[in-house]
Amino acid sequence: MELNAEVLKKMTRAIASTRDEEIGCDDCFEFVDIFVEAKLQGKNPEEAMPLVEAHLNRCANCQDEFEALLDAIKATSDDPD
Amino acid sequence: MSDKPGGIDIPMNERTNEEWLADLRGPDKDQAITDLREILVRGLSYSLSTRTRGDIDSLVEDFAQDALVKILANLDTFRGESKLTTWAQKIAIRVAYTELRRKRWQDIALEDLLPEDSGPDFTPAILTDPEAGPEQQATQQMILETVMRLIQENLTERQKTAIQAVMGGGMPLEVVAERMGTNRNALYKMIHDARKRLKRELHAEGLTTEDIMAAFDNA
Repeated sequence: MELNAEVLKKMTRAIASTRDEEIGCDDCFEFVDIFVEAKLQGKNPEEAMPLVEAHLNRCANCQDEFEALLDAIKATSDDPD
Repeated sequence: MSDKPGGIDIPMNERTNEEWLADLRGPDKDQAITDLREILVRGLSYSLSTRTRGDIDSLVEDFAQDALVKILANLDTFRGESKLTTWAQKIAIRVAYTELRRKRWQDIALEDLLPEDSGPDFTPAILTDPEAGPEQQATQQMILETVMRLIQENLTERQKTAIQAVMGGGMPLEVVAERMGTNRNALYKMIHDARKRLKRELHAEGLTTEDIMAAFDNA
């Protein structure tokens, strides 16, 4: 099977940004609640947790869940912004 | 404490983590479970209302119930590094999204996302950026042809199928994983292994990350 043309282009970009050390969806899930809380506290989790940040940028599924969790926490927070 | 569905004065994060754990495990756990369910329902209702069409109330109740079962079964794994309610909502979001993705893609087979044999007419030239100069276009074409060859030489059919379904078909990882008899994390790692392998092979052919980035800058 050959990949179709658009996938080939996406894959080429993805290869260029590939790191030897990347965390998977399980590790991202493990830490995403801490990441979300830090984000809502105005801290900089991207710097403190770069592997989580990189995974979120690369994995659309984890990114969707991260954004949904962010919204859910805001909606149930005692101290909304 | 309020019993108003969707009310604004429901008990939110009034308990500390220690109190939540004690209450969820103690003789008054029914009240704690009710309180936690309210939080899950409210969080899910808000986050899904902006992302899902139609009536979500019954869906949210089901997701919250399924999530509660998981949460209560996994209380021992909670390490206290976030609020218990944040941890619990993380699980509820995962439960909801997994089910929504499964439903959304239930009628689409993996095979539907795979390209028909493109044959000899396939050419990466059609992918080059028309706005790029002739030199950059030539570089893009050379890189794409090299990547295509390296994919054929180095990746398994399983890796190619996963990449095509996820990157080309937009099928969620966990749905692809289920169809391929694996799980989301293992599938991510399979694709990561493929990317690493191709990156090494490209470097061996003298193409660096910088070369690739430069060739496709703004493309």
